[in-house]
Amino acid sequence: MLASIPASNSVEPTRSGFWRRFARNRAAVIGLVLVLIVVAMALLAPYLSANGPWDMVQRPYLWPGDAPGFLLGTDTLGRDLFSGLLYGARVSLLIGLVATATAVLIGTAVGAVAGYFGGWTDTILMRLTEIIQTMPPMILAIVIVAVFTPTVTTVMLAIATISWPAIARLVRGETLRLRNTEFVQSCLALGMNDGRIILTQILPNCLAPVVVTASVMVSSAILIEAGLAFLGLSDPDMMSWGLMIATGREALRTAWYIVTIPGLAILFTVLGLNLLGDGLNDALNPRLKER
Amino acid sequence: MQSRTLRYVGKRLLQGLLTIVAIAGINFLLLNALPGDVVDVLAGEADVADIAYLEELRARFGLDQPLHQQLLSYLGNLAQADLGYSFRYNEPVLDLVLGRLPATLLLMVSAIILAAFFGIVLGVTAARFANRLPDTLISVLSLLAYATPVFWIGLMLIVAFSIKLTWLPSGGFSTVGANLSGLSYVADVARHMILPTVTLALFYMALYTRIIRASMLEVLQLDFVRAARARGMTRRGVAYAHALPNAILPMITMVGIQVGHILGAAVLVETVFSWPGMGRLAVEAVFQRDFNTLLGVLLLSSVLVILTNLIVDLVYARLDPRIELG
Repeated sequence: MLASIPASNSVEPTRSGFWRRFARNRAAVIGLVLVLIVVAMALLAPYLSANGPWDMVQRPYLWPGDAPGFLLGTDTLGRDLFSGLLYGARVSLLIGLVATATAVLIGTAVGAVAGYFGGWTDTILMRLTEIIQTMPPMILAIVIVAVFTPTVTTVMLAIATISWPAIARLVRGETLRLRNTEFVQSCLALGMNDGRIILTQILPNCLAPVVVTASVMVSSAILIEAGLAFLGLSDPDMMSWGLMIATGREALRTAWYIVTIPGLAILFTVLGLNLLGDGLNDALNPRLKER
Repeated sequence: MQSRTLRYVGKRLLQGLLTIVAIAGINFLLLNALPGDVVDVLAGEADVADIAYLEELRARFGLDQPLHQQLLSYLGNLAQADLGYSFRYNEPVLDLVLGRLPATLLLMVSAIILAAFFGIVLGVTAARFANRLPDTLISVLSLLAYATPVFWIGLMLIVAFSIKLTWLPSGGFSTVGANLSGLSYVADVARHMILPTVTLALFYMALYTRIIRASMLEVLQLDFVRAARARGMTRRGVAYAHALPNAILPMITMVGIQVGHILGAAVLVETVFSWPGMGRLAVEAVFQRDFNTLLGVLLLSSVLVILTNLIVDLVYARLDPRIELG
């Protein structure tokens, strides 16, 4: 799907070219596999585990392998850690993807409008992005979630709020460059209206860098979500990896596996997404050979 | 030249001031987005239901004024360095936050220094041995460090070094009740600093390693490097004495861009290690619903970001005379 996106200029990577470049990159393939595993965990959660993540199903503090049927043991309340891991994957992916999609939407709109129209519009929109980027992202996210009470929606919105400025700057830069190209100038000369030029000429040419940035953004969104949950700022109805770490923390001294397991899940998910992002970057920008 | 620098600093400070006013406005809106006001919260806790008394309290806090009036007086107070009062700590918010600032700065600065040092050493090594074993090892390590949640690595370090090996304390700023002074106090704080600093530094170390490696590879291709080699300098000598000073600028830019990010990560690290800094204050404020304090942290950390960015830009211009301030 991504392969059909035209490259930013000149050489248009063909579909097979994209996949060939991607598949040759061992790290990218490892990343893809890791991400697919997490997606499978999220989608198949109810089929892979008979227990809900909140059900107290066994004696607490069972170490991994202690009891048959409880692969990863149980937590401080006797809840199945494997089940928590599966359902936590849902929260991480959901929040990571939706927050990033929202950020991409806002950021693209702001960046394209600012870059295309310039002048006052540009000044005001760019001042706004600057103001948001001045506030430390994590602290702003904490404030937003705390003020609007923690739910899945507020966490997503908080992460989207701190993430869109990066996309806006990227898209603005691309738009400024594209606006002066001959094909956009000729569209203007032919009388095409601004909205249509932005949608049909400018944005499709911004897609490759936006896709690459967004793939990295998903992983940082997942890290921020986990951090917020660790601080106690997560939806109380959703089992998330950060929350599992926070609850396991009180038993760190004796049962450190409770904290270790969800942490490894975050680590591998983020690693997978980063590798995938690097791979996309190399495959979508074939001329920027990896150094 | 001097006066130009001064003019530049003045201009930047003015811009920063405008940004801060805008952030204060956002803060005000957020405070107003809260369900209920301070009086409701206080009344709920003290179980007061006397409506006349509550109205009197509202009048005293100015909460009966129209919104724009409240905003003006909020900004007016801010101009007099009054960030409001924390009813939880019974202290003005400004004093409270400034009191926690040194601990956060100490943690941040030492983490940045540690990250920069190892980032440079690892990055240069990776570039010198590009695509060979040391490079591969360093790249894998930095990929892992880059993907690790900062609070989790902190907890893992506690398990290893405080619980299993009992080498280092698992949290706090200094040993409680030890009553140390002079050098032994400094040594005690240093011992408490090791784990939080390493925890905070790891992510940035990975980032700096990647940046230094990339820019070193670029610089090592240049003619002056070959010329230095031809004059008989060792490979390592050339790398550190000639190439590195030219490759270090992107890392310095990154430090500037990421101060806000580091402050955010410090919140998590301070929570893990009960480090008495600004970040932990913010988290405590969340759970005590002390929003004056929470927003005070947001505002002052933004000030910190603005000032650091200015300093980084000045350092940058000093290091690279081709860059003009303006």
